[in-house]
Amino acid sequence: MRTITHPKDFWAGVMFIVLGGLGVGIAFNYAIGSAGRMGPGYFPRWLGTIMIGLGLLLVLRSFRLQGEPLSFPTLKPMLIVLAAVLVFGLTVVKLGLVIATILVVLVASTASYEYRWKESVIAAVLLAAFVVLAFRYGLQLQLPTWPPALVG
Amino acid sequence: MELLSNLGLGFSVALTFTNIFYCFLGVVLGTLIGVLPGIGPVPTIAMLLPITYALPPVSALIMLAGIYYGAQYGGSTTAILVNLPGESSSVVTCIDGYQMARQGRAGKALAVAAIGSFIAGTFATLVVAGFAPPLAEVALKFGPAEYFSLMVLGLISAVVLASGSLVKAIGMIVLGLLLGIIGTDVNSGLQRYTFGIPELSDGIGFVVVAMGLFAFAEIIINLEHRGHREVFTDKVSNLMLTWKEFKEVLPAIARGTGIGSVLGILPGGGALLSAFAAYTIEKKISKEPQSFGKGNIRGVAAPESANNSGSQASFIPLLTLGIPPNAVMALMVGAMTIHSIQPGPQVMTSNPQLFWGLIASMWIGNLMLVVLNLPMIGIWVKLLQVPYRLLYPAILVFCCIGTYSLQNNVFDVVLTVVFGVLGWIFVKLECEPAPLLLGFILGPLMEENLRRALLLSRGDPTVFVTRPISATLIALAAILLIIVALPMIRKKREEAFHEEAA
Repeated sequence: MRTITHPKDFWAGVMFIVLGGLGVGIAFNYAIGSAGRMGPGYFPRWLGTIMIGLGLLLVLRSFRLQGEPLSFPTLKPMLIVLAAVLVFGLTVVKLGLVIATILVVLVASTASYEYRWKESVIAAVLLAAFVVLAFRYGLQLQLPTWPPALVG
Repeated sequence: MELLSNLGLGFSVALTFTNIFYCFLGVVLGTLIGVLPGIGPVPTIAMLLPITYALPPVSALIMLAGIYYGAQYGGSTTAILVNLPGESSSVVTCIDGYQMARQGRAGKALAVAAIGSFIAGTFATLVVAGFAPPLAEVALKFGPAEYFSLMVLGLISAVVLASGSLVKAIGMIVLGLLLGIIGTDVNSGLQRYTFGIPELSDGIGFVVVAMGLFAFAEIIINLEHRGHREVFTDKVSNLMLTWKEFKEVLPAIARGTGIGSVLGILPGGGALLSAFAAYTIEKKISKEPQSFGKGNIRGVAAPESANNSGSQASFIPLLTLGIPPNAVMALMVGAMTIHSIQPGPQVMTSNPQLFWGLIASMWIGNLMLVVLNLPMIGIWVKLLQVPYRLLYPAILVFCCIGTYSLQNNVFDVVLTVVFGVLGWIFVKLECEPAPLLLGFILGPLMEENLRRALLLSRGDPTVFVTRPISATLIALAAILLIIVALPMIRKKREEAFHEEAA
């Protein structure tokens, strides 16, 4: 068993093999047809196969080439930033622009090393006001300002 | 002169009050967002795209082009003042621009970037106007086989120019092609890779992909590093160049402009390669190469001119062939599709006002950049002083609203989270997302042309090498790939990108 000397290539290879495999696997449900009369499964099956091939190449190479290790200094920003986006998606229609904007800012701000809660509360309120003015009234965006249930 | 009358038509469209206004708005907003550290043209355009939905197609495209130039110039400002390139093509500007700022010559660096960009933009506008019509004529003779081969060539050149691993870049393109297939198959009506989710039956919006891969992933990576930035803000004065300095930079601007115009036309080319090539050449022919990297004004002038003419020339393959040569142009295709314009050679004949109006507005946009940005530089500097911890939540909110307003659909916002995770993984694995976006846009087009070409040839795959134009394109792609894969060249290429990153 040789050691992986290029972890980034190795895992990129694994990713391509998994995604390519998924592509080919699902495409088995679609008619493949022939080159002259291509079915919906023809092109994706080829693409998936190429991806698996490239992935294998990367994996094999990763035992030979030298590369830096993967670095994950912290997972916090990834989880918080994407959670904030999710919060917007889940709240904006039911609770309206103002509350959704404030929530996004309050959640997202905590991802920073220099987080100060008082500052982010002020920023959230100011941004919400700006967003309503610019997008709701300026660009006539079809989103409620306040929770529709409350305003009726 | 047909060219003149065409340009006249263009200016008559672009110079209406409404279109000047939208061009102006685009340039200002583009610069405003582009100045923000870590936000390059791709997320900027993706973020501002929804604003253009309600506009008539001509105004929308004019505004988008303005956003593009603005974002590019904004990126240079950040590169010079903060040593933080907003996107890869500003990396080269950082080298000498930031050194000039440290020597208290930030104003001159900014001025030369603006003047160089303007001269380059003017020239490139003429190149686009002159080259697009004959190329479009050739393109009208293209059948499905030629289109397929051309897309292969475009994708391969995109791979060659991606910094980093060749195999990974090809993998990213193929992944993009595969993602582009998601949705209802036009021929059979079958839903492919939709997992029974009704929102996926129309496919994934390209803004969703761009937002997740570029904007969100970038913000996350920025937050992972406890950054300390030195902003040169109080020294921005003296924006005027002396006559002596002007004479010194003019040849550099001319060379940069020429290099950008040529390289920008190549599929896969555009800003990055142009800027890099211009800087290298400038350094090679200089009498004092050792002064590069220490604040040589030519080291700012050449790449800035080149990336502007390059980014403008990259409109040529888009407008004539309907094939986006880079990620920004891929976004433009998406924008055109939203306004139900199918980019390609027919645009020029079926919609001459749009075509020539866009070309004329390129020049107007460049003029506005100079007129606006030099006096407004103080505002951009103020913006750079706003701490990142306050900026990124606002950027996030704008991204969310932008994505939502695509189709007034919450599902799109949730989907950006998935692409955000993917984008983060890609950064960790050093897989560049730009080729993926290109593949994503080209996926359906490629499948359709492949299918048609093989239908016409009754399944004979040799059709791609027996038709002369197609064969030439395939041969070019093969040669490119072989050249880059050769060990000796590969080493040089790695060195080149390494030097650039240093």
